[in-house]
Amino acid sequence: MSILTTLQLLPLVGAIVIAILPVANAKLIKQVALGFSLLVTAVSIFMAFAFDTGGSALQFTEVRTWISAFNINYAVGIDGMALALILMTTILVPIVFLAGWNESENGRWSVKTFYILLLILETMMIGVFAATDVFLFYVIFEAMLLPVYFLIGGYGVGERAAAAMKFLLYSLFGGLLMLAAVIGLYIISTNQGGATFDISKLSELTIDSATQNWLFLGFFIAFAIKAPLWPFHTWLPTTAKSATAGTSTLLLGVLDKVGTYGMIRFCMSFFPEATKTFTPAIITLAVISILYGAFLAIGQKDINSLIAFTSISHFGFITLGIFALTSQGLTGAIFYMVNHGFSTAALFLTAGWMIKRRGSSQIADFGGLQRVTPVLAWSFFLAGMSALALPGLSSFVSEFLVLLGSFAKYPVAAILGTTGIILAALYVLLAVQRSLHGETPAANAGIPDLNLREKIAIAPVIAVLVVLGFYPKPVLNVINPTTETIMIHAGVTDPIAKVAK
Amino acid sequence: MVTSTNLVYLIALPLFSAALLLLLGRIADKWGHIFATLISASVFALGVIEFFAMQGREGEARAATQKIFEWISVGSFQVNASLLLDQLSICFVLLISGVGTLIHIYSIAYMSHDHDRRRFFAYLNLFIAAMLLLVLGDSYLNLYVGWEGVGLASYLLIGFWNQKPAYATAAKKAFVANRVGDVGLSLAIMIAFTQFGTVTFAGVKESASGASAGALTAIGAMLLLAAAGKSAQFPLQSWLGDAMAGPTPVSALIHAATMVTAGVYLITRSNFIFDASPTAQLMVVCVGAITLLFGALIGTAKDDIKKALAASTMSQIGYMILATGLGPVGYAFAIMHLLTHGFFKAGMFLGAGSVMHGMNDEVNMRRYGAIGKVMPITAATFGLGYLAILGVPPFAGFYSKDKIIETAFNAGGIEGILLGGATLLGAAITAFYMTRVIVLTFTGTKRWDDNAHPHESPFLMWAPMAVLAVGSVASGFLLSSGSALVNWLQPVVNEHHEHHAEEFLPPMVVSAMALAVVAIGVAFAVLKYRTVPVEAPTKVSVFTKAARKDLYQDSFNEAVFMRPGQKLTSGLVTTDYKIIDGLVRAVGWVVQTSAASLRTIQNGYVRSYALIMVLGVLALVTAIWMVTL
Amino acid sequence: MDISNYIYLSALLFTIGAIGVVVRRNAIVVFMCVELMLNAANLAFVTFSRVHGNLSGQVASFFTMVVAACEVVVGLAIIVTIYRSRRSASVDDASLLKR
Repeated sequence: MSILTTLQLLPLVGAIVIAILPVANAKLIKQVALGFSLLVTAVSIFMAFAFDTGGSALQFTEVRTWISAFNINYAVGIDGMALALILMTTILVPIVFLAGWNESENGRWSVKTFYILLLILETMMIGVFAATDVFLFYVIFEAMLLPVYFLIGGYGVGERAAAAMKFLLYSLFGGLLMLAAVIGLYIISTNQGGATFDISKLSELTIDSATQNWLFLGFFIAFAIKAPLWPFHTWLPTTAKSATAGTSTLLLGVLDKVGTYGMIRFCMSFFPEATKTFTPAIITLAVISILYGAFLAIGQKDINSLIAFTSISHFGFITLGIFALTSQGLTGAIFYMVNHGFSTAALFLTAGWMIKRRGSSQIADFGGLQRVTPVLAWSFFLAGMSALALPGLSSFVSEFLVLLGSFAKYPVAAILGTTGIILAALYVLLAVQRSLHGETPAANAGIPDLNLREKIAIAPVIAVLVVLGFYPKPVLNVINPTTETIMIHAGVTDPIAKVAK
Repeated sequence: MVTSTNLVYLIALPLFSAALLLLLGRIADKWGHIFATLISASVFALGVIEFFAMQGREGEARAATQKIFEWISVGSFQVNASLLLDQLSICFVLLISGVGTLIHIYSIAYMSHDHDRRRFFAYLNLFIAAMLLLVLGDSYLNLYVGWEGVGLASYLLIGFWNQKPAYATAAKKAFVANRVGDVGLSLAIMIAFTQFGTVTFAGVKESASGASAGALTAIGAMLLLAAAGKSAQFPLQSWLGDAMAGPTPVSALIHAATMVTAGVYLITRSNFIFDASPTAQLMVVCVGAITLLFGALIGTAKDDIKKALAASTMSQIGYMILATGLGPVGYAFAIMHLLTHGFFKAGMFLGAGSVMHGMNDEVNMRRYGAIGKVMPITAATFGLGYLAILGVPPFAGFYSKDKIIETAFNAGGIEGILLGGATLLGAAITAFYMTRVIVLTFTGTKRWDDNAHPHESPFLMWAPMAVLAVGSVASGFLLSSGSALVNWLQPVVNEHHEHHAEEFLPPMVVSAMALAVVAIGVAFAVLKYRTVPVEAPTKVSVFTKAARKDLYQDSFNEAVFMRPGQKLTSGLVTTDYKIIDGLVRAVGWVVQTSAASLRTIQNGYVRSYALIMVLGVLALVTAIWMVTL
Repeated sequence: MDISNYIYLSALLFTIGAIGVVVRRNAIVVFMCVELMLNAANLAFVTFSRVHGNLSGQVASFFTMVVAACEVVVGLAIIVTIYRSRRSASVDDASLLKR
């Protein structure tokens, strides 16, 4: 059993252990859940050290027959991109547990169910990035929706049931299109002699361009809904408004990355020709997302939907970087996925604490928090600075790489994207000013600052943002080989500088 | 070029101190200010040591580099966290850390009653670190980190008292205006990379001559946009006046002496781009000329002493920008004016702070008057700065500003006459508004309230002012004697002396003209402000009204960018809800309503179910019959 | 042998039965109509059995009779139970599924 399988099974074991614990002892349940999630973090860090950054091939691979009739396998293995995303996931989960220690108390179901759902979700989140069998990927891709559905519907606030339903149906719709495309791929592989769902074998298929276009669209729309890209985004703000801070963090920080991850892993490697056909359209959608998300974020009154719209803008950047297909753009986009995970976590968690303390998620209800809760205010401020990609924080490195990488090939898109940084400054600073600055209203005067648990939760997130901002090399080294492989597979090279030395 | 291992401490020390003071929180309240001041002083000491080390080396070997670590390496895009200390950056290092330390000392007294003094000093150190990174980075991307870093520090310091909504808004405005400039810098870096495959100064310099004119002009224009944002140049100048919301030492350090001059540094540093692109140079001189007049005109009508000085800063930086656009001969004079300006303007801002300190933070000059009698040291240091900015010989401005005027005239042709005329006119207006400040504040009759008790500021405050006053007197002579600064900067800016060959006007004539217009400006102001009403007169000319409103720059921005932007935003919010999400909800609605109408078939009567069954069978039989037919 | 008359009769009986099921309200009558339809089918079975000269149709008709007998047992029991609880044998009164 490879370390990857161990990593996936550990949270599941945790879920089973929690299932046999008494419902009444909420504290014990939380401690066990936190313990297991920390164990997963430790194992994943161990795996990261064992990972060979020099090798571009998949590592820690394992293949076991699952459904032999269709040649479906439990096949896992990771490259640099998957490693980076898995590490992000396993680091975020204990932080989410710790940050939202009490957010499971007021749910429709018990604390026990909450943590079982979260741990099952962690298993799936690791599995979705580790899967190297398209069918396995598809199954996890769809199955992941269920824990999230219950987490939103059972533990959220406001119109949680409606939000959960919208999320589930929208995602299922995308998944259905993908299923059709997966079956299509399988049939093509059968016709070409070897029925398989293996990613690396499927990328070797020769598919005629019309079929490629349809299959590409099937995958792409599913991922564009997941990511989400304009105009498939409207489920996100609704969901973010109703979900708990921790669920939102995992949803936007990890689950949505499956969309952009899939674009790279499947759309690009299976359908290189179709990718070229659709690239101009997708670049346009990406730029629209960047600007549209930013404008919408400026206009939001609810802090959670503001964060959701900033994410739509950021996913626009990621997509732009991916489809620019230069090494800077691609590496920047993958690095952006990791950074966005942490930066969104910081935003959602700090906003969640503010909402919980104030009892409202309307930005207008905050104000003057800087004087009352300096640590909380600083955390939120730094999270905001990360969202506007301030140099010195990791999001700057990735955003700049994305823009730089796309400028060489799509200068207009890059220029429009760059103007997005002005809008980013506006939406972050407006939110900061309205919530942290100004006179402190009487209603906010008694708000307590972060306690020790919350400080411990937010500290690693900010540390990651700062450290990777100054020293992104370890992560870039892991990502670069993946980028090179993809570029070689797509048959493209970087544009050469016009004036050589 | 030698490698050094000490450069990193110039940045690491203040950065560490800032982080420490912020993380420790209230624990460090007692000693934070002292600690930060010591750090700043030790950075200055390090800078001086480096300066003398450079003096000991010759020519090319004077510059020192240090590679700290590999920062970003993706494909062919390689950027190291490396520092470059050459003849140009050392000027800035000494200015930033020197004036910075003086202002730290001043702030110990100025901020002594503030509950958050430690936080203030942490921000000051953060600023020093970012500004030093800006001038020490060896590539455009490293510079960019410092560039946004000073923007952040400036934002934090302008909004230091952000419990006042107006101050918080001013801070936000400054950051956003700076970001517009940052877009320019980002794009310049991107163009440079696609053109040259590198973003280091050395690499770009090496291949700049091979690029097309269009590319060079594009880079130059984008760099100019960046400079305009950071240095409050037209059309991005509107934030500087509002930035005076920050504590006065901040205005002196960031918004007069150092950060706002970063644009001048950027253009001087990129001399190889601008020298190769006359179009870009033309844009630079135009922006400089417009801003120097723009700022000067605004300065004539401001009653807020800090805003008057801010307008003056804008105008003086306009001089510097103009000088940098004049080609190789102008860079050194731009830097010289930047250094002398750093002394006299910081000195005057500290003087203004000293007056405010004695006057219960009153900033309206109409409520001052006759302060010179009660605050003699402040008045004297401010007066020396005043003489320096006017360009009265032998004070600092005489050496730096007159050189810029002279170079402008020497640009040749109609361009030379226009630019020279603009600089002369600017000098006259400068004399007018600075005299106005002096007359309103220090002379005349006292107009302050009875509950104000102006008194001379404590030693910690006047000592830095005195040092800066000495600089205002002597720096010009020191920097220009034997063309010291020109020769010193020669390796960086490639200044060749053959440009001096044709002179439009001899230096003596230029100086005489400058002095004459200055005298006219002074006389005009003295005559006009013999009596000063406490309330600003409302019946004034359209020009005064326009100047009071910053020549309608804010109104313009509001009308053209802000309000349409707000409309666009709210329109998009509605569109998103009604159309895009509306479509999604419409799908749900269609499913729900069609289900509701189908549900009525389920009426519970067995006979109707039976009927449906019969009809169904009939339909099926018919279908089969038709298919087999 | 001309089978058309037999088939016409069978179809007629079936149609009478089907219409009866749809239009009558009394559960007993509906039930009898169902029986009528079954027997119409039986008639057709037997007819075809005779035409084709094998016994399959006759076997099928026996099978139908057995099923009909089972159905009577269960169906009458249900009708009687409903009658006991509602004092009515009308099928329209047993529309609980709607609510």
